[in-house]
Amino acid sequence: MSVVDTIKEQIENNTILLYMKGTPRFPQCGFSSRASEALVACGERFAFVNILEAPEIRAELPKYANWPTFPQLWVNGELVGGCDIICEMAESGELKELVSAAAKQQDSEEA
Amino acid sequence: MSVETEIKQRLSDGLELIEYRLENESHMHSGDRMDTHFKLVAVSSAFEGKRLVQRHQMIYGLLSDLMQNPIHALAMHLHTPAEWQESQGFVPASPNCMGGSKADKH
Repeated sequence: MSVVDTIKEQIENNTILLYMKGTPRFPQCGFSSRASEALVACGERFAFVNILEAPEIRAELPKYANWPTFPQLWVNGELVGGCDIICEMAESGELKELVSAAAKQQDSEEA
Repeated sequence: MSVETEIKQRLSDGLELIEYRLENESHMHSGDRMDTHFKLVAVSSAFEGKRLVQRHQMIYGLLSDLMQNPIHALAMHLHTPAEWQESQGFVPASPNCMGGSKADKH
């Protein structure tokens, strides 16, 4: 499978997906740390990919996403944004709304 | 041309900027280079009707060949004139480095 196919599959199969440096428990970049904290605070389960351990994804995803940096939050197959956007949306309550709605939709599809 | 000057020139050519601030935050991060981390505040009516992700992509589009090298991180706070007035010019602080790129080639 090509790297782009792997990326597409990850984005398709994970309703809430964070590409980040490190893990939510051990983030290795301040921006990734803030983004994952904001997402954890929403209280829904989410998937993550540590791009420091996935050099091919790290190289390809920026081109595919038209977004050069990490973290990147994807919800329902769409790029939501990086750290600044995630934090701005967390502040306004929009992030929780988006993430909760996505999680609810996923649950009803799985049921 | 310094990276700061280059960024300013491209953004003022590409957008009608009402407010522009660029802060060099490279000293907050690991690595020797002093032109890697920036924080941008820009206010322009070009952002009207655009979602945040689209606004950021507009900026990335104008700076595309500078991203990754030399620019490693660009924090962005992009507002329409109306939003800027409402926020009264509040800009959040950027996070400190956690050393993730110490083992990095970038």
